[in-house]
Amino acid sequence: MAMAIRVFLIFLLSLSSTNLSYSLYEDQVGLMDWHQQYIGKVKHAVFHTQKTGRKRVLVSTEENVVASLDLRHGEIFWRHVLGTNDVINGLDIALGKYVITLSSDGSILRAWNLPDGQMVWESPLQGSKDSKSILYIPKNLKADKDDLILVLGRGCLHAVSSIDGEILWRKDFTDESIEVGHFIQSTDTIYIAGFGGSSKFHIYGLNAKNGELLKNDHAKLPCDTFGELLSVSGDKFVVLDNLRSKILTLIIKNGEISYNQNHISDLIEDSSGQAILLPSRLPELFALRINFHVLLIKVTNGGELVLVDKINNAAAVSDALSISEGQHAFAFAQHGDNKVHLFVKDVSDWNGDLLKESIVIDHQRGNIDKIFINNYVRTDRSHGFRALMAMEDHSLLLVQQGEIVWSREDGLASVIDVTTSELPVEKEGVFVAKVEQNLFEWLKGHMLKLKGTLMIASPEDVVAIQALRLRSSEKSKMTRDHNGFRKLLIVLTRAGKVFALHTGDGRVVWSILLRTLRKSEVCEYPVGLNIYQWQVPHHHALDENPSVLVVGRCGPNQAAPVVLSFIDAFTGEELNSLSLAHTVAHVIPLPYTDSTEQRLHLIIDVNQRAYLYPRTQEAIDILQREFSNVYWYSVEADIGVIRGHTLKGKCIHEVVDEYCFDFRDLWSIVFPSESEKIIATVTRKSNEVVHTQAKVMTDYDVMYKYISKNVLFVANAAPKARGEIGTATPEEAWLVIYIIDTVTGRILHRMTHHGCQGPVHAVFSENWVVYHYFNLRAHRYEMSVVEVYDQSRADSKDVWKFVLGKHNLTSPISSYYRPDIITKSQSYFFTHSVKSIEVTSTAKGITSKQLLIGTIGDQVLALDKRFLDPRRTLNPSQAEKEEGIIPLTDSLPIISQSYITHSLKVEGLRGIITVPAKLESTSLVFAYGVDLFFTQIAPSRTYDSLTEDFSYALLLLTIVALVAAIFVTWVLSERKDLQEKWR
Amino acid sequence: MEKGKGVMGLGRRWGVDFSDNSTSRDIPDPPGFSRASLDQDDSSLSRQKKDAESNWKAQKAWEVAQAPLKNLLMMGFMMWMAGSTVHLFSIGITFSALWQPISALQSVGKIFEPYKDNKVELLGPKLLFIALNLGGLALGVWKLNALGLLPTHTSDWVSSLPPAQEVEFSGGGVNLG
Repeated sequence: MAMAIRVFLIFLLSLSSTNLSYSLYEDQVGLMDWHQQYIGKVKHAVFHTQKTGRKRVLVSTEENVVASLDLRHGEIFWRHVLGTNDVINGLDIALGKYVITLSSDGSILRAWNLPDGQMVWESPLQGSKDSKSILYIPKNLKADKDDLILVLGRGCLHAVSSIDGEILWRKDFTDESIEVGHFIQSTDTIYIAGFGGSSKFHIYGLNAKNGELLKNDHAKLPCDTFGELLSVSGDKFVVLDNLRSKILTLIIKNGEISYNQNHISDLIEDSSGQAILLPSRLPELFALRINFHVLLIKVTNGGELVLVDKINNAAAVSDALSISEGQHAFAFAQHGDNKVHLFVKDVSDWNGDLLKESIVIDHQRGNIDKIFINNYVRTDRSHGFRALMAMEDHSLLLVQQGEIVWSREDGLASVIDVTTSELPVEKEGVFVAKVEQNLFEWLKGHMLKLKGTLMIASPEDVVAIQALRLRSSEKSKMTRDHNGFRKLLIVLTRAGKVFALHTGDGRVVWSILLRTLRKSEVCEYPVGLNIYQWQVPHHHALDENPSVLVVGRCGPNQAAPVVLSFIDAFTGEELNSLSLAHTVAHVIPLPYTDSTEQRLHLIIDVNQRAYLYPRTQEAIDILQREFSNVYWYSVEADIGVIRGHTLKGKCIHEVVDEYCFDFRDLWSIVFPSESEKIIATVTRKSNEVVHTQAKVMTDYDVMYKYISKNVLFVANAAPKARGEIGTATPEEAWLVIYIIDTVTGRILHRMTHHGCQGPVHAVFSENWVVYHYFNLRAHRYEMSVVEVYDQSRADSKDVWKFVLGKHNLTSPISSYYRPDIITKSQSYFFTHSVKSIEVTSTAKGITSKQLLIGTIGDQVLALDKRFLDPRRTLNPSQAEKEEGIIPLTDSLPIISQSYITHSLKVEGLRGIITVPAKLESTSLVFAYGVDLFFTQIAPSRTYDSLTEDFSYALLLLTIVALVAAIFVTWVLSERKDLQEKWR
Repeated sequence: MEKGKGVMGLGRRWGVDFSDNSTSRDIPDPPGFSRASLDQDDSSLSRQKKDAESNWKAQKAWEVAQAPLKNLLMMGFMMWMAGSTVHLFSIGITFSALWQPISALQSVGKIFEPYKDNKVELLGPKLLFIALNLGGLALGVWKLNALGLLPTHTSDWVSSLPPAQEVEFSGGGVNLG
């Protein structure tokens, strides 16, 4: 019996000692995390479809990504994410093996190897003036056997060798004061067309071999022009006049410039709308958009305009594609009755269609923004076409033979804001049926796992186990789980589309292109701003679905009116949408909910009026009750002022609005503008849970944390040191940090870091703030921690008061009570520069915290808060060591195993959010940028649950074996006893 | 010798009672055996014997009463060996140091039962026993305190004190977008 217990104990010990490792094993990758790669909205696309080799399409996107995609499946062959300031202006293929990109306003030209994406050469192009950037790779233009690339950037024309990127010659147009619009190439002469001012047309002829100026001519136009010059063919141009009512046709014949004027009204009866020239390059043709119509207009040799076709509801027109000698095709798409009609036509032969297809495209993808076409030769030698479509929601589709071959949700590359929602509660009946159905599978899976644990699994079994773990149906179920790991991540993208992603496997559960955030006549440039949890039902309102609020604006500037959308988080349906008259400067989710658990929100407009949502009497009643306790503060970074306001009363306004409230100023903090500029502010997350207000020191002493949600961390830099690192000397750079109470305007703490400058990234949690900045004297980045304690509570130390519960430490407190604040701080060097900092959050706030640092290498590093503890000393005492205080070092360690993104990169990392799981030890982390990454982390390890790969079958088997052993040994011992007695 | 005589139990056991001489009356005594010496029991002898026994009992009771002292010293040594950090060994020792006196105190009556005699004064030994065990208990408690496992500090009472609710609410920040 005792033996059996001992065996069991040893077994238990061995079980608990497994899986104590901190980092991830190779076979654990993908178990709890997922990673999705995107490219963003496609701007340019170039097909590369040779007869041999893999067919691919090269794209550049608005997220500054250059990528090579598999034309068959849409997967990424290779991808490069350029910096945020490195906007791609042009993309093309040179020599059939290099991908050439022009970026940074035409100042950097790069060549990438086509098959594998390695950079071959890079050429910085000089220039002094901002101008249009054009990349042009002429066919058969050689200078000393080199194929030339012509680049216009920053007011200069460069001829670059495509082999090594050497600049062969350059021609500066800055002195000529013309805005270059086009290149035309004719054998060995390059013609440059452009405008000087808005009404003077210039043309230059250059020798392609050496850049020598051959010709120079100009003509004065009868009127000013609007928009860009469009080249129709080698010697013809069209441009709109400044009233957008006339089309000017410019023709160059024998070096002479002649022009024609045509009224748009001659071409179409209803010409009241605003005309726009579409930038599609079509030989002899041009496309003009007016009043939802696209006019295709042919330019004759005499400069006359002939209307070729009028397309209604046209979405997009592609560039022309040369399909054979002298034959050019182009495509356009037309929207009609739930379908998209794709037409491919021959430019010169207008009557026949080369292709006419109808495709059903999910209407949540919106309109077609861009079309790129490519042809292939069918077996019967006719031409087939495939079209790549960039949609309004930034997704990318490849259409061939009337079918969508593949699609990519590239809108997810531009996530603006994220919130989460719980999944529906599990219905019991469904669950049981499912288990019975899969009982055999379940048993088989566990037998396999058991084999793995006992190390008797064959290699095939190991593969099967891994596959089983990765596609475990448990993690991707559409119901709430016990541990709270399964949630919906609701993301708002720049395209105005809202996606719900499942945390288990990252799939899109639903998506909706918001009507309010689509381009329309009333709302020309809508932008999504933020997404909030509108209704989080629990307890009595459980039968209602949760919903989210999306706040947007009808234009890029702050004076634009606000649009609101309410979306059901389970179904993705838009419940309601409002286009309002007022503007939005802040959205404040109040800590009050109404009877249906809708959260009260105050939307504050630029005139400092607050509008209450939801617009119900109940909401007003709730707000009236808490009227004197609602404050708000505004940070005016450009003038260096922080103001505090409180609610005053109903609006005094011409239009009576019950839900409108006025404010009165309470306090203001004016920073001296000659010495301080606000560069960063950060506050605590409103939903953060703090477990305790006391911090126990090593000598049983207690410090009371100053835990208030109404605190703001402000970092101010010296005006001279606001720029890039290296522009200011250490003497003229300093960083002043403040911790401010936002109710009373009291400055709780102020500290100056001399010789330091921004950029400052900070995170505020509980009673501490951690911030990251650059130390100019040490030439290193630093991180500092400031912990704030409430000294006025420290005198309540009588044990008996606590034993009897006679203390007032948990009674509600007011900010006006003026606590006595003390702070502790410490600074450390940190090797990386940082893109963003977050902190883990758990359900009850008991688990220790980790800082999640988005590094410049687009990875996420988890750093224990213990490393940023101001109590660290060089030689901690035994007791301090036992408490977990780490000896002080001058720099923070970067342990490569603590990258939670392990070997992956979240390209273009912009933000990290953490969400608590129901399990206290675990926090869910979502990092977004061009890529998306999700994982679960347990800062103090999973102390409250068994690991995912725990073998229940083994446990069961052991218990059965033990019971059997107990029974057998009991029988044996009985028998032995009997024999003993008979002796 | 007869089988079946004086059988006890459930038939599993058997025995012969040699002291029972009722059945062997008719058999002559073996030579040298005098039946009379058995019956001869001197009363004075028995009193002497009883005195000696009660003396012995009292002595034994005092011995038992002093036994925890050894235990105490032993425990003290063990505690010193265990050190002042909290781990499995020190906690085990401390709890056994607490448990032993408590269980001993619970069974004071039982321990001194064999020495119960109306002639023996058991109060003294009992008091000593209790005192020593209380001493042991005190040692255990002291050790517990030394390990920091007694809630005698403020920190033990406030460590899970939830943060106070705030009356005011403030939101805002830099203007959106």
